[in-house]
Amino acid sequence: MYRINPETDQQFVEEFRRLPVGRHSPGLMRLLNALRYDPSGRQIVLFCRKPFAEWQIAEMPANRLDPLVLEDSPIFTNRDEAEWEIFRRRWFKATGQHLNQPFRSADEA
Amino acid sequence: MLKILGYPDRYSVAPGEAISFQVSLEEGDSFSARIVRVLNGDCNPAGPGLDLPHHPSSIDGTYLGQQRRADAGSYLIADTVPALEDFSFRALIWPTLLARRAQVIASQWDAASKTGFMLELDEGKLSLVTGDGRRQTLPQTLLERKWYAVSFSLNAVTGAFRLSLSPLKADVGTDDEGEITGSLGASQAVAAPFILAGMPLADGTVGSHFNGKIEAPSLLAGAQSHATLAVNPLPAGLSPKLIAAWDFSDGIRSIKATDKAAFRHHGRLVNLPARGMKGSGWTGLHHSWQAAPAEYGAVHFHEDDLYDAGWPADVVWTLPEDAKSGAYALHLSCGETEAEAMRECYIPFFIRPPRIKKPGVTRPKVAFLAPTCSYMAYANHGEHITVRGVERLMGRLLHFGHQDVYLYDHPELCHSLYDKHADGSGVCYSSRMRPNINCAPRYHSWLGGDGSSLYQYNADTHLFGWLAHNDIDYDIITDEDLHRDGFPLIEDYSVILTGSHPEYHSTAMWDAMKAWTDRGGRLMYMGGNGWYWRIAFHDELPGVIEVRRAEDGIRSWEAEPGEYYHSFTGEYGGLWRRCGRPPNMMAGIGFVAQGFDVSSPYRRAPDADNPRAAFVFEGVEDEVIGDFGLIGGGAAGIELDCINPLLGSPPNILRLASSEDHSPLMLLVNEEFTATLPNLGGDQNEKVRADLSFYETPAGGAVFATGSIAWIGSLPWNNYENNVSRITLNTLRRFMDPKPFV
Repeated sequence: MYRINPETDQQFVEEFRRLPVGRHSPGLMRLLNALRYDPSGRQIVLFCRKPFAEWQIAEMPANRLDPLVLEDSPIFTNRDEAEWEIFRRRWFKATGQHLNQPFRSADEA
Repeated sequence: MLKILGYPDRYSVAPGEAISFQVSLEEGDSFSARIVRVLNGDCNPAGPGLDLPHHPSSIDGTYLGQQRRADAGSYLIADTVPALEDFSFRALIWPTLLARRAQVIASQWDAASKTGFMLELDEGKLSLVTGDGRRQTLPQTLLERKWYAVSFSLNAVTGAFRLSLSPLKADVGTDDEGEITGSLGASQAVAAPFILAGMPLADGTVGSHFNGKIEAPSLLAGAQSHATLAVNPLPAGLSPKLIAAWDFSDGIRSIKATDKAAFRHHGRLVNLPARGMKGSGWTGLHHSWQAAPAEYGAVHFHEDDLYDAGWPADVVWTLPEDAKSGAYALHLSCGETEAEAMRECYIPFFIRPPRIKKPGVTRPKVAFLAPTCSYMAYANHGEHITVRGVERLMGRLLHFGHQDVYLYDHPELCHSLYDKHADGSGVCYSSRMRPNINCAPRYHSWLGGDGSSLYQYNADTHLFGWLAHNDIDYDIITDEDLHRDGFPLIEDYSVILTGSHPEYHSTAMWDAMKAWTDRGGRLMYMGGNGWYWRIAFHDELPGVIEVRRAEDGIRSWEAEPGEYYHSFTGEYGGLWRRCGRPPNMMAGIGFVAQGFDVSSPYRRAPDADNPRAAFVFEGVEDEVIGDFGLIGGGAAGIELDCINPLLGSPPNILRLASSEDHSPLMLLVNEEFTATLPNLGGDQNEKVRADLSFYETPAGGAVFATGSIAWIGSLPWNNYENNVSRITLNTLRRFMDPKPFV
């Protein structure tokens, strides 16, 4: 199983931020496959409050008999922004490094 | 989250017939109902928008409602077994979910008075329980997926009992054989049905279900020894003692459990436990239960089997005799929908043509074959809930709508044919006699491709909108209609359009469609992954299908060796390709790849310039086709089919265009390789493509095949003005023209 290297994998962070969903390079694919593995059995999902308008992050527990846990905030109005938020959290968990870039800079927005 | 839901008693209804709707209201005490036409169930602002016009009818109004629940879990019930007072019981069992507590293997119990007996498995240990919960427990722990003989004797008057356990195969170092005797104290025999794999609860339901296989359960008079009862079949000398001896190898196609003993206490299997299952004596010499029924004497019970939710009808609509064929839904509302609560739902159904052709009435020449078997196969598809790692496959966070949260909270609605039971065994039966959460307008699916995220039913509503936009007169028939009525149902149609994903077909459906194309029918295969799995319908029960995920194909579970044959029909199950009928024989192309993130465009191929296909491209000069769409942003996506002469693509087939530039997550399917490859993704594998295809058939008909589930999702783009729409309309117009192709 691939071990994430924050130095060499840093190049793929920007690729993901610019295109969270789409055709990704082999390097980003490898990084995402590693980041998306959670041995705890828990699973982050995206709850859609209003179709094409509002999303919030939720976590499925390992045991289905336990309830789905919704994060009260933030409420995302852009699905890709939620993708970036989860990517940031997973990157921190894997590397100990914070990704402080916003999903879209003022110029990009 | 979701505050109202329900299901119809049928997916297809003819004019003059009645359809009923069963509703569960999760809050409040009333709801409003009305019939709508379904022309577009997608509210994506990038598309033309929802189009669900009200269809005034006699049922429009407000109704009282209440919360309802499904009583999931399969079991055997034998109503005529007398109150058992001095008796013995034995069965062979193969437990599959020992972590689940309080699983009752056998019971005759009165929940109100808490009297009777039950044989229970709790935390892997076997207990005999009598009135008021008095119990004796064997200290040994059973192992999962291992055959055991279990037996007990009980005298209710004296309380004397024996409880025994022995493995059919001993393992070194495993303590799983034992026996205890003694007294449970005097108890009372009760006149109640005998139940296997469950017990009656105080609320009137049957619960505490056993998960696993049971074989050869028997009841005998008096106290018999375990040494005698552990033998299978039971010694002939015990026959005079038999109260009941159920033989599950008899009547595998049915829900009847035949009692071979003298009293004929036949039982009924409720909620479709799996039949045609290997028993303890399976030799491996035979793989069909028809060849060696004695080796298939087991029934696999699950706590999460469900055939019929059994809710009462809340709304019944008797259709007028002139009801127009089409896609409809019952729209239910119990208040305003907001971010925290969805207070409306749509229950779809189809109005089919009259069952008896009316003289002098001309039917449309075009029909849409609604893939209701595929809708049933995917009913309550829950891999986003139960399987980890799906996010990797989707290439994005798993989408949960209000309906998915409801499904998460209500596992009793049970599964699709893609899911596994709680004990890890595959779900081989799926019924429509229960709410089908993901088969509805407005449902956005976790695996529906980036963008609109539609899959199956709601994806097909894009086609309904396109047909309406182009003012095409058409009938709708369903898979179930085709299975029941056969070729006569479709013989008069010139053109049949499929849905986006017509994956599941019975033999009768396959034969009827092939008979129709062989006689000049013009088939427009509008999707991908069609004619893939063979299914079976039940002889007695309506609205349920079976699949056996046999030795090949994209499978979310695998059938056990020796369990590849349908219990409903005895036919060999699995891929049609493995039955000598690849999809290429029906539609010219067959399944080659799947990926659920983004879609791709097609590029014209040299055959596009063949004069035989000139009508397809009339007014379309573009080199690139379908570089847009609501499903993944392209016309080629989700699941792809391509030409393969080795699998039956005809020699005269034209490859009009092929898709390109696929995502690394568009993966070659495993029946396309025999050793694992390093280049499975569409970015690295030349076989990963959809072929837009056309060919003429000998009887003057033709087949047009898109080879992509996402094709339909490109039709509405730019208000239906685009090259995918134009190509499809050109083809449909020519196919409607009676002029023979050859």
